[in-house]
Amino acid sequence: MNVSETEQMAEDDTAPSSRAGASSPLSAAGVTGDAHITIRGLSKSFGDAVIYDNFDLDIPRGRFVSVFGPNGCGKSTLINLIAGLIEPDAGTIRFDGKRLRDTNFGYVFQNYREALFPWMRSIDNIRYPLKFRNISRVEQKERVERLVERLGVTIDLNKYPYQMSGGQQQLVSIMRSLVIEPEVLFLDEPFSALDYEMTLFMRDQLQALFMDTKTTMVFVSHDLEEAVYLADDVMLLSRGPAEVADYVNVGIPRPRSAATISDDEFVRVKAHCLEVFQKLVRGT
Amino acid sequence: MKSLSKILGPFTPLIGVIILLLVWQIAFWVEVVDHVLLPSPTSMFIAVWQGMSGGQLLFDFFRTIERTALSILYAGIIGIPLGIIFGSSVGLYRSVEFVVDFFRSTPASAVFPLFLAISGPGDATKIQVATFGAALVILFNVAYGVMNARKTRLQAAKVMGAPRFRVLTDVMLFESLPQTFVGLRNGVSLALIIVIVAEMFIGSVDGLGHNVLDNQMLFEMPRMYAAIFVAGALGYSFNLLFLLIERRYVHWSGR
Ligand SMILES: Nc1ncnc2c1ncn2[C@@H]1O[C@H](COP(=O)(O)OP(=O)(O)OP(=O)(O)O)[C@@H](O)[C@H]1O
Ligand SMILES: [Mg+2]
Repeated sequence: MNVSETEQMAEDDTAPSSRAGASSPLSAAGVTGDAHITIRGLSKSFGDAVIYDNFDLDIPRGRFVSVFGPNGCGKSTLINLIAGLIEPDAGTIRFDGKRLRDTNFGYVFQNYREALFPWMRSIDNIRYPLKFRNISRVEQKERVERLVERLGVTIDLNKYPYQMSGGQQQLVSIMRSLVIEPEVLFLDEPFSALDYEMTLFMRDQLQALFMDTKTTMVFVSHDLEEAVYLADDVMLLSRGPAEVADYVNVGIPRPRSAATISDDEFVRVKAHCLEVFQKLVRGT
Repeated sequence: MKSLSKILGPFTPLIGVIILLLVWQIAFWVEVVDHVLLPSPTSMFIAVWQGMSGGQLLFDFFRTIERTALSILYAGIIGIPLGIIFGSSVGLYRSVEFVVDFFRSTPASAVFPLFLAISGPGDATKIQVATFGAALVILFNVAYGVMNARKTRLQAAKVMGAPRFRVLTDVMLFESLPQTFVGLRNGVSLALIIVIVAEMFIGSVDGLGHNVLDNQMLFEMPRMYAAIFVAGALGYSFNLLFLLIERRYVHWSGR
């Protein structure tokens, strides 16, 4: 463990310049004291395309980490590897030292239409993951009720998903991933199929949820503003093979709101990320 | 024409029926064909009425329903699980695809003598051949439905902790249901065709196929037409029945 941490330090020194106070994954992890997800020596190729080559990363506990990077750099691949949807060629991924199968995690897909089960009512969709967790039917029902109450959800969950708006469906999808009270939540561009108004609403729902639960979140976004707005840390990935180009701390207090967008610190962080991103895109 | 369908509303499809009956009636009056070969629509409907109110036709009608229903039941029991198994493994499906496709394309009537030789001319043979034909159609469609299951849904079930078998029963099965119903509807049409043909074979003593052939040989034309009409109505009803079941239970299809 110590050895690889030193290795990681060394690697991070070679990364593009970082702002003060927002440097390596380890220092970011240091903010809260410990790493929740530890990735060591991760490699993954698709045919000739090397997406990850001996990749190391620590994801800190209880923080909201936004992953941002150019198209096709491997953002989805990263969370799919961590969530066990694809097998790595090499490397280890541990959650507090545990393997994935011993970990309670949630995953929210971009395409809610294809991720929810249209043959089940929304309420049954939400309850579904509890079926595999040795929980009595009564307890299952209570858990869903508690979640509904905590989120203050007012939509009629007895409807089928196809009877709901896109935002409502994605909300159901998020609730389904939360009902198991996950330690970690992965979200792959969860709002990109929603209209702008719904996106704004869902961002704040997600933020409230994060503040409430302090669940470790790994959030992939195509929208830099959104990535910064929601994040404690923004991780900028470079392309081919992917490296952490920069790891930026966003120290803006929560709850953030529409006013945050014009906040000096927000503008500065966003401009910095954009600069790094543009260097990446031009560089490769 | 548009305004006509607006005025008639749900009765619009009746126009075709009325035209058909009119043409038939006129052909009868003009005597395009001998009256013995082409009786009037009225005499056919009288024969339908007489036959179906406790006559031989009603009995034959039920025999055909029984055989077809049994065939489609067995075909479903065989075809659906096999379709799910083959469809859930691309390698497995590729290895049997040709065989399934070949037999699916083979006219079931061609394998009749084979089944006759094996099982004799009894009732079982008819059901076996119809089951064979329908099962292949169902298998093919179910496998296709399973193969085209949304990958995201399977992944979703997996990340939620569903074991492999539950992914099959909770997701694959439902994902393939719309295509399964396509298979069932095609299968029941095919089963009915095979059953009716089988009932015309030597050794048959009942069923609509037997009724049609029997009346043809006796030159009882109104009765023969009546049996054909009832066979048609039966095929249509089977199809409609499956459509209604599908609408009721596969409510998400196409949404
Ligand atoms: N199953 C696969 N087979 C082959 N290549 C793949 C597969 N999945 C991803 N790739 C390739 O790997 C690279 C990284 O893909 P990934 O989906 O992780 O990118 P991304 O960063 O999420 O991109 P986007 O911003 O478009 O969502 C891409 O070049 C993609 O074409
Ligand atoms: Mg992606």
